[in-house]
Amino acid sequence: MQDFDYAAPISTNDAVRLLSDPSQKSVVLAGGTDILVLLRERRRRATLVVDVKKIAELNELAMTAEGGLFLGAAVSCSRIYREAAIAQNYSALVDAVKIIGGWQIQSRATVGGNLCNASPAADSIPPLAIYDAVAEIATHSGRRQMPVAEFCTGVCKNVLARGELLVAIIFPPHPKLSGAAYQRFIPRNEMDIAVANAASYLELDKAGKIQKARIVLGAVAPTAVRASAAEESLVGQEPNEELFAIAGELAQQAASPIDDMRGTVEYRQHLCSVLSRRTLTIAAERAAANK
Amino acid sequence: MAKKQLITATINGEQREFACEPRQSLLEALRDGLQLTGAKEGCNNGNCGACTVLLDGEPVVSCLVLAVEAEGAEIETVEGIAAGGKLQPLQQCFLEGAALQCGVCTPGFLMTTKALLDRIPHPSEEEIRFQLAGNLCRCTGYDKIVRAVQAAAEGEQT
Ligand SMILES: Cc1cc2nc3c(=O)[nH]c(=O)nc-3n(C[C@H](O)[C@H](O)[C@H](O)COP(=O)(O)OP(=O)(O)OC[C@H]3O[C@@H](n4cnc5c(N)ncnc54)[C@H](O)[C@@H]3O)c2cc1C
Ligand code: FES
Ligand code: FES
Repeated sequence: MQDFDYAAPISTNDAVRLLSDPSQKSVVLAGGTDILVLLRERRRRATLVVDVKKIAELNELAMTAEGGLFLGAAVSCSRIYREAAIAQNYSALVDAVKIIGGWQIQSRATVGGNLCNASPAADSIPPLAIYDAVAEIATHSGRRQMPVAEFCTGVCKNVLARGELLVAIIFPPHPKLSGAAYQRFIPRNEMDIAVANAASYLELDKAGKIQKARIVLGAVAPTAVRASAAEESLVGQEPNEELFAIAGELAQQAASPIDDMRGTVEYRQHLCSVLSRRTLTIAAERAAANK
Repeated sequence: MAKKQLITATINGEQREFACEPRQSLLEALRDGLQLTGAKEGCNNGNCGACTVLLDGEPVVSCLVLAVEAEGAEIETVEGIAAGGKLQPLQQCFLEGAALQCGVCTPGFLMTTKALLDRIPHPSEEEIRFQLAGNLCRCTGYDKIVRAVQAAAEGEQT
């Protein structure tokens, strides 16, 4: 592995200061499951590795005053799925963190790192986007917040400037009669990169009609994409399989996938339709059960 | 060269000190620094699970942990599971069930399985396969490993 120094600050301010030091080429280390591979393979260079796991704020996993969820950027996947309240309220997020790598990866990998790494196939990003989650970012001049959906700007690119640190991902409260689900397609049963993935969110009114719908697809464009036309086709309707099949067909038009060894364009488009339909079905069941 | 750091961690129940460079992995520190060669290097990029150890009770791939991150931590390696030179029932089940051939993957499987049985004493076959998916074996075809884990779980009932 290339040579570097290591620092483990205990405050966000110290971390930001270390990350902005002009004499260093610094990188953030959360779970390390992406960055250590990149450093070892020399696809990234660093003279200073800043471990952010000792910062209290980044380890926080708690309900917010508004009834949403504060997910610190250094919280591991396995900590997330062990919290019963999260499984209940943010089930699409839990669907995703349970399948990020195997158990050994989940013990270390964070949703913050998954987001910052900005892989088009990242499992946690479509769930974050359907919940309208917000990224809280620490900078040298203070804090800023932005929708997670705007955080990734391209393949392995994000909005963070030098010296900036993702502090947390904040989820809005989970209303009654809402439900969500996430699925990916991989060639093996476990441990593989998605050929395509989808997350869906539905909110029903008292009469059981769809009030709000969100569908986000991954691995079929440089960043996760919203399937807006499919979402519109659902609003005001009663959830049923036929409706979801139509939405699935519309969803696949939002995808602009590439051909590669994992799948062809047509295959990925087809998967978008299937995964949208399936996640909508589960989201509708979960919404109806969430009284 | 970045300065070596002195790290203190509890390893297999014993407080140990070791020096390492920041760029060294926990796997390197265990094998080269502490002569604990149970954890194996398969892929060195997190994919095979041969280097699995328990870090504060959670299975991790030690090739993707920096040794300096282990400061103050509790680490368990395969060397720590047999007490007083006697194999643990879990190890015995792997041996009797012929759940290994070349044996490179075995320490990793044992550590993940230990963590699994600590949490779920009687896992279903599906749970076993899902939780052990991060450990790869090139030799056995997995069935014998799954049977060995089941045998170990049954043994714990009696
Ligand atoms: C064997 C294996 C299997 C995997 N399987 C999957 C999978 O199934 N699905 C999937 O989506 N991914 C998978 N991954 C990739 C990886 O585990 C995930 O992307 C993980 O969520 C990254 O989190 P981390 O905390 O380990 O990130 P790190 O490696 O610590 O960081 C990732 C990147 O984000 C930056 N960063 C991290 N935290 C912050 C922060 N707070 N502020 C600013 N920048 C930050 C780092 O500098 C780095 O560039 C796998 C990796 C391995 C090795
Ligand atoms: S050597 Fe660590 S996972 Fe393969
Ligand atoms: S026994 Fe050879 S790799 Fe598993």
